[in-house]
Amino acid sequence: MIDAKHYNFAFLDEGSKREIRRSILKAVAIPGYQVPFGSRELPIGRGWGTGGIQITLSIIGKEDILKVIDQGNDDSVNAVNIKKLVGECTDVEVTTDSEEATIIQSRHRIPEIPMRNDQILVLQVPTPEPLRIVEPKESVTKQMHAEAEYSGMWLSLFEDLTQYGKISISSEYPVMVEDRYVMNPSPIPRYDNWKLNDSETLYLFGAGREKKIYAIPPHTKVVSMCFEDVPFRTEDFEGKHCRLCGATGVYLDELIDEATGEKVYECNDTGFCKKRRMRGKNSMQTENMQRGE
Amino acid sequence: MEKPVLRIDHLTVRYGKTCGYCRNGGKLNKNTCPHCKTVWACNDVNVSLYEGEILGIVGESGSGKSTLMKSLYFDFGITEGRGYLKDFHDGEEDIFSQSLQQKKYIKNHIMGMVYQNPVLGLRMDYSSAGNIAEKLIAAGNRNFRKMNERVTELLDAMEILQSRKKEPPKNFSGGMQQRVQISKALANNPKILLLDEVTTGLDLSVQARVLELIRKIHQEFHISIMLVSHDLAVIRMLADRTIVMLDGKIIEQGLTDQILDDPQQPYTQQLVHSLL
Repeated sequence: MIDAKHYNFAFLDEGSKREIRRSILKAVAIPGYQVPFGSRELPIGRGWGTGGIQITLSIIGKEDILKVIDQGNDDSVNAVNIKKLVGECTDVEVTTDSEEATIIQSRHRIPEIPMRNDQILVLQVPTPEPLRIVEPKESVTKQMHAEAEYSGMWLSLFEDLTQYGKISISSEYPVMVEDRYVMNPSPIPRYDNWKLNDSETLYLFGAGREKKIYAIPPHTKVVSMCFEDVPFRTEDFEGKHCRLCGATGVYLDELIDEATGEKVYECNDTGFCKKRRMRGKNSMQTENMQRGE
Repeated sequence: MEKPVLRIDHLTVRYGKTCGYCRNGGKLNKNTCPHCKTVWACNDVNVSLYEGEILGIVGESGSGKSTLMKSLYFDFGITEGRGYLKDFHDGEEDIFSQSLQQKKYIKNHIMGMVYQNPVLGLRMDYSSAGNIAEKLIAAGNRNFRKMNERVTELLDAMEILQSRKKEPPKNFSGGMQQRVQISKALANNPKILLLDEVTTGLDLSVQARVLELIRKIHQEFHISIMLVSHDLAVIRMLADRTIVMLDGKIIEQGLTDQILDDPQQPYTQQLVHSLL
């Protein structure tokens, strides 16, 4: 059991937090550029969100309200444990409500509600380097970014279209930031890519294992890479809705109903779905009260 | 007087620290300084390539032929010298002192290169269509349909079946790999084509097919070609003019027939007689 009094506020020592904040500032100053940082040891394995946690721990203040989601879910093992760690080392309030939170740490999703400029979204990134699929050497990819040499990335899209007739990337779809850097938007689905463009909020990306931080500040131009005659497409949920809250126009999970064996859909963002259901229940209760039932 | 499409002045590529002896023109042991062991891979080379001509470069292994070609394509950094292209700032600016971006522009728009070893010029795990498209992408093309059409056109011209378009070059024979490389080099209609030992290692019938293709390209596209080979039969068949290199230096140059029928230098005479 972690006891806050045995640790510095937000687990890391002040020097570490300051250094990470400096890297964050540099990342904000150069949108899409991967800033190296000294990734610290944490009581959590590499690959379990250590990059995101270090960013969260470095920026969190006593007044902040934290939300952690993993693949859209507030209650997954990873999300619960991160919430526990940060919560107990800081005594900050934790929430499942995206509107209430000031810092949202996420893996694989951007919340469905439009984010505000008083919020920060921290994304955990497993592979920050978008060019890794075309070039295995770090020294070469660095040079490629410096020279804006992205033909390899375009070639991989061309190759996909030639082999499969469509671009087969489902998540981590590369984006061009401010017409300068190609960036990996973390494993968010293509569906969330548009939310990065001209956003109100600050996005911070942390890769603990790869020791990189990068950022998209508010109102930054972020364009998903695509050819002039082959437009970028997101996942299509046309005609489908959440079976729990009835929402349409949101990212849905496809499930198989055990009883009927049929495909059913549920909101991927569980906090959003829960809130919609609560609102529905409340409005029904108000309606019933008004009717005197 | 006609302006050359490419002019190289005093090109030197050396590896090592150099010493007073070799810097002042002391006699080298082949291309290596006997004192400081500096290797003079190319030593004060001057070359001009004229519009529509095929310039052959011959010489034994280690004579500096490939170093010259790779330096021209910016694969190697040079030690000294200047280069001018008619299609780059009207031949007024030295290409070797340009920025990386400008060098990339020259590589993608003005020159095309075919290497002796296809591994250097192709991505063996990507489709042949992708390999050709890479050059188009590098030149700034972002229209998939147009690039695909150009790939189809080039594969047809190189007599590669459309059904093999999606296959990676690693599945191809040596001759086919070279034809994919040539297609890639021609993708952006370059003014100059650099061919570095393109037929070496191929069997005779495949060699003949590749050479015939080069002749066809030269006639159809009216392109200027620099052709490196240590095979004098290839040079006799294709080259209008020939330069002979030995130990990093040009020792003789002239019309191909003149060089091969009436060689002046002892090394050239030996080279020609060993052929005959």
